Amino acid sequence: MAQKGIREYDAKRMMSKALPDFSNGNIKFEAKQVLIGAKTDLEKLVKENPWLKEEKLVAKPDQLFGKRGLNNLLYVNKSWAEVQKWINERMNKTVTITQTTGKTTGELNYFLVEKFVPHDDEYYIAITTHRDCDTIHFSTKGGVNIEEVWDSVVTLDVPLSTEIDDLDVKGFLPKELGDKTEIIAEFIKALYKMLVEYHFVYLELNPFTFVDGAPVALDAVAKVDDYASFQCAEMWGDLKFPSPFGLEKTIEEEKIDELDERTGASLKLTVLNPEGRIWNLVAGGGASVIYADTVVDLGYTKELANYGEYSGNPSTELTYGYTKIVLDLMTRKKDPQGRHKYLLIGGGIANFTDVAKTFTGIVQAITEFKSKLIETNVKIYVRRGGPNYVEGLNIMKNLGEKLGIPIEVYGPETHMTKIVSLALDEKVG
Amino acid sequence: MKSYELFDRNTTAFIYGSQQKAAQRMLDFDYLCKREKPSVVGFITPTGVGNYKLFWGTKEITIPRYLTIEDAIKENPDADVMVNFASERSCAESTMEALETENIRTIIMIAEGVPQRDVRKIAKLAKEKGKWIIGPATVGGIKPGCFKIGNAAGTVENIRDTRLYRPGSVGFVSVSGGLSNEGYNIVSRNTDGIYEGYAVGGDVYPATTLIDHLLRYEQNPNIKMMVALGEVGGKDEYQIVQAVKDKKITKPLVMWVTGTCAEMLPGGVQFGHAGAKADSKEDTAKAKNAALREAGVIVPDSFEDYGEKIKMTFDKLKAEGKIKEIVEQTPPNIPMDYAQAVAEGLVRKPTNFISTICDETGEIHNYCGVPIDKVIKEKYGIGGVIGLLWFKKVLPQYARDFIELVIQIVADHGPAVSGAHNTIVTARAGKNLIESIVSGILTIGPRFGGAVNGAANHFSWGLENNLEPRDFINQMKKKNIRVQGIGHRIHSIDNPDERCEIMMNFAKEHFPKHPLLDYALAVQDVTTMKKNTLILNVDGTIGVLFVDLLKSLNYKDEEIKEMIDMGFFNAFFIIGRTIGFMGHYFDQKRLKTPLYRHPWDDILYDVPEKPEVVK
Repeated sequence: MAQKGIREYDAKRMMSKALPDFSNGNIKFEAKQVLIGAKTDLEKLVKENPWLKEEKLVAKPDQLFGKRGLNNLLYVNKSWAEVQKWINERMNKTVTITQTTGKTTGELNYFLVEKFVPHDDEYYIAITTHRDCDTIHFSTKGGVNIEEVWDSVVTLDVPLSTEIDDLDVKGFLPKELGDKTEIIAEFIKALYKMLVEYHFVYLELNPFTFVDGAPVALDAVAKVDDYASFQCAEMWGDLKFPSPFGLEKTIEEEKIDELDERTGASLKLTVLNPEGRIWNLVAGGGASVIYADTVVDLGYTKELANYGEYSGNPSTELTYGYTKIVLDLMTRKKDPQGRHKYLLIGGGIANFTDVAKTFTGIVQAITEFKSKLIETNVKIYVRRGGPNYVEGLNIMKNLGEKLGIPIEVYGPETHMTKIVSLALDEKVG
Repeated sequence: MKSYELFDRNTTAFIYGSQQKAAQRMLDFDYLCKREKPSVVGFITPTGVGNYKLFWGTKEITIPRYLTIEDAIKENPDADVMVNFASERSCAESTMEALETENIRTIIMIAEGVPQRDVRKIAKLAKEKGKWIIGPATVGGIKPGCFKIGNAAGTVENIRDTRLYRPGSVGFVSVSGGLSNEGYNIVSRNTDGIYEGYAVGGDVYPATTLIDHLLRYEQNPNIKMMVALGEVGGKDEYQIVQAVKDKKITKPLVMWVTGTCAEMLPGGVQFGHAGAKADSKEDTAKAKNAALREAGVIVPDSFEDYGEKIKMTFDKLKAEGKIKEIVEQTPPNIPMDYAQAVAEGLVRKPTNFISTICDETGEIHNYCGVPIDKVIKEKYGIGGVIGLLWFKKVLPQYARDFIELVIQIVADHGPAVSGAHNTIVTARAGKNLIESIVSGILTIGPRFGGAVNGAANHFSWGLENNLEPRDFINQMKKKNIRVQGIGHRIHSIDNPDERCEIMMNFAKEHFPKHPLLDYALAVQDVTTMKKNTLILNVDGTIGVLFVDLLKSLNYKDEEIKEMIDMGFFNAFFIIGRTIGFMGHYFDQKRLKTPLYRHPWDDILYDVPEKPEVVK
């Protein structure tokens, strides 16, 4: 899924490996840090990292959100005992954090603990990537909300396929850096080379400082292009992509992710509202968005239970597994008012996916859930076109008659999203 | 061909990868458009060379495979398109290679998951060279009457239904490949059809974007209106807004940006496409639709009235006389693929082969109807499997045991017998396993091992004709036939062959009946009176006992005769002894024995001094 956020821990881990390599050893970058999850064996951790007991420490959640200081989630200059207690009090607790984009509620479950570094200077650097160039942003006023001091930020565009060594990096830096200019330019070059080789799409250190002539990142935000994982497996090491904070995956969503990763086909599921009465089982990344749009456009956002899609010619086994998970979620509870629930088996006109074949797995799952579907008053609408669609639609029609479940079936002659309004209109009436 | 055109009726292309099905769909489209020549002139398949067979209408043709892009170009210098089906791991590399050639001008990257930085480099180089990339993560597109990319636009029926075999007046472009076909359908139902249609792909950085194609359409006088389908995420749509404002786009454009639901959903939901994620207010579908509408683009209220807006725009142009009526022609018929016709129950044909013992076409293969997993779970054993595959019966335990007993007894009889000897000599000549054991098996016949069948035959004949043992022997003598299965080199009535004893005792204990054994033993009583080594030997015992086994299993005499005639009984000897032959083969190979040469002193050379001269 292309651009994925990674933990601060992982970003620093990669930097400690990459930066000396990309600077002929001129840049030393030490990452004295550990990542603590709910199941981490702390005794073993201390044995492997004796410095935890020797140094003053910083602790903070490492779950892809910023503004931790403002949210009282930054614990600075403490002993290992204090840090353990602090983490213990917060582990697996639900909190609401405030960011520039708004409030988010989620569970705290990963903490970064690192060596506390007393420092004076705080610098800002960010590297963004665009279609034709990458842009380096630098400021001597790091450690604050950078938007507030945006005037202090200088930028350097690195056109695509240009060697950073060919550019005047020292020249773009503010004059006030003085004798620090050399080392900061060196650091920026190494960072940039890492960004390119490690397929980062975003990297921000706000702030970083220098201790004994070596850069130290006090914070790091990074995103990588996970499409490059086949090239970067070795460089990235053991890298897992956490869900964005507040969007921890449910067991069902994780199951779908597993199915998704096993094959070349694509399977996605996000449960939006398990109590919702409109469930989408839509083929295609593009079509699935339009079905969700249409539900929202018609004013039924609250009833939209899920976003999901299957595409890339999934096998019968996969569509069966996928459908079962969706049906299970949707038939767990009856609507308290006894109203219909709606399953929209939608999709555009497939290019090469055999429609009848993909329906085979769906049919198996529906058959298995027959009594639950009837019990929870589910009505099914189908709209699809493409190779073998006539047979596919017939299969669905016959299935409804056989199982005694209301299934309405439409082909390419009906507008793709018509089944949404058909279902919703009926509900209104 | 004008610079704003990607394809014409003579465009020819390479397929990178072994996508024969996609190529066939391209050729079917070509045929439907009445192109003179197929659009695919070669496959680039780094795994090997040769040809692929495809259909051109009803005729089968071959299309060559090349190892490299360079080889393909050398043979087909006019081809200027490469449809790249390489996987996401190698797609960028092969696309780059094609970009560097003089000849190839348009490349379609099908794979999803090509690293962004690679695609960005490709896009940049292509622009510098004035070349065109479509994708990655796309199904491609179509130019009715001219060229179809791979699997775009689906089946022949769909192409016919949406009149994609001849150009209309509408230029279409979408982000989503999956939706492009739906787009063609909507355009086709509401206008005179598609002139060109492409999907740029749902990545964060598609190599060409919507605006690149809309600007081409703007230049093309055959395109009267444009239809586009954008997506939440990124800012590419704002280039369209700007182009409309700058009057770089003046033709009517109907456009909708999907993903209006995104703001209603919790942040961070990633849709199916990599690029479909809003990172700022500007990236949202709502903002994009509003900006487009404000710039003068025809934007529907929702996807529901997309088709209506397209129709209104088209009808207006038509009313203004800007669009001429298309004279419809019926496209030629494309024969349905045989597999498809079978699937739909439209054809049938007599088969040339019959199998009644094994079927591997289901999920799990079966032996005579018993799935292999059941065979294992229920411990059929070798005897049980032979029962299923040879007898087509689930044999009772005693029959399975007897079969396995026989196989064990005949498995080997030393290196001196003809079969083992041949195997060893062949193995020592440096031949492989199969050649060596075949050489041994070829000696099995009437004199070696084949006595099993003979014995079964002879004794059965005697018993069936109710001949007294002595009479049986006399009649055989009169016919000058040696009774098979009688006589041994060492063993005698006083020194019986253990192997025969074991089999006979087993039969006496377990077989419900054993009339032929009794008969053969009665014959043995007579023959041993003459010479005490004329006993029922191993071959004879096996032969008569298999007849008794079959009788116990209620086979009729005619059936047993038929089985003897087809060599059924020798089969047990062959299967058993092959174990031994293989043992001898492995033994020789392990010992690394050299080529065998028979010693002179073991050969009588009795060659005449002169041959007889025939006059």
